[in-house]
Amino acid sequence: MPLEIAYFAWVRERMGVADETVDLPASVSNVSSLVAWLAARDARGQIAFAEPQLIRAAIDGVMMGLDAPLAGAREVALFPPVTGG
Amino acid sequence: MIRVAVQPAAIDIAAELDLHDAGGHGASASFIGRVRGDGDLTELFLDHHPAMTGAGLADLAHAAADRWHLSALTLIHRVGAMVPGETIVFILASSPHRAEALAACEFLIDRLKTDVMLWKRESFADGRVQWVEPREGDNARADRWS
Repeated sequence: MPLEIAYFAWVRERMGVADETVDLPASVSNVSSLVAWLAARDARGQIAFAEPQLIRAAIDGVMMGLDAPLAGAREVALFPPVTGG
Repeated sequence: MIRVAVQPAAIDIAAELDLHDAGGHGASASFIGRVRGDGDLTELFLDHHPAMTGAGLADLAHAAADRWHLSALTLIHRVGAMVPGETIVFILASSPHRAEALAACEFLIDRLKTDVMLWKRESFADGRVQWVEPREGDNARADRWS
């Protein structure tokens, strides 16, 4: 099942793309394993996700914790803590 | 009346005030956040999520309207590139009574800083560029309302 991943703020800059579609291995079942998989995939991922505790996520438009399952997800957004206002 | 907008264009505060003036509300309270020029800042860029930023602002606006008696509420956040002095965020809450308008304004700016998908990037005259990190004080202020 292909999964669309969108990146924001410095996560996007470090990944070098705003979004991508990936085919995940079966072992990637939740947000935190997705982050670990991206960090291990290539040099950009390693830099972008060097500090996984700083990463926040939304699944299909809803903010979720890093333990949230990916089953049925269409789009995952990965981003740092927000700083608006 | 709840009006929420996420926009790259400058915020026309006079036009927004006119909308509330026309409602004849007893009290209106506002908050205006502007770009500070600290440390030779030349540009503030606001990154956002095309769908979730607006939805997050709308959720906050409705939470405020559920909590206080508001007759009109406007919540506008700019995105994209801005220079010092420009307005980033504008909140205008109207109510029959001042206490509710003032409380809603304070709630909205405190929670907006921690709950809505917006990210600030600062550029300085010497070429430095840095993403702003969240401040612990902002979390503490937002938590007061939970």
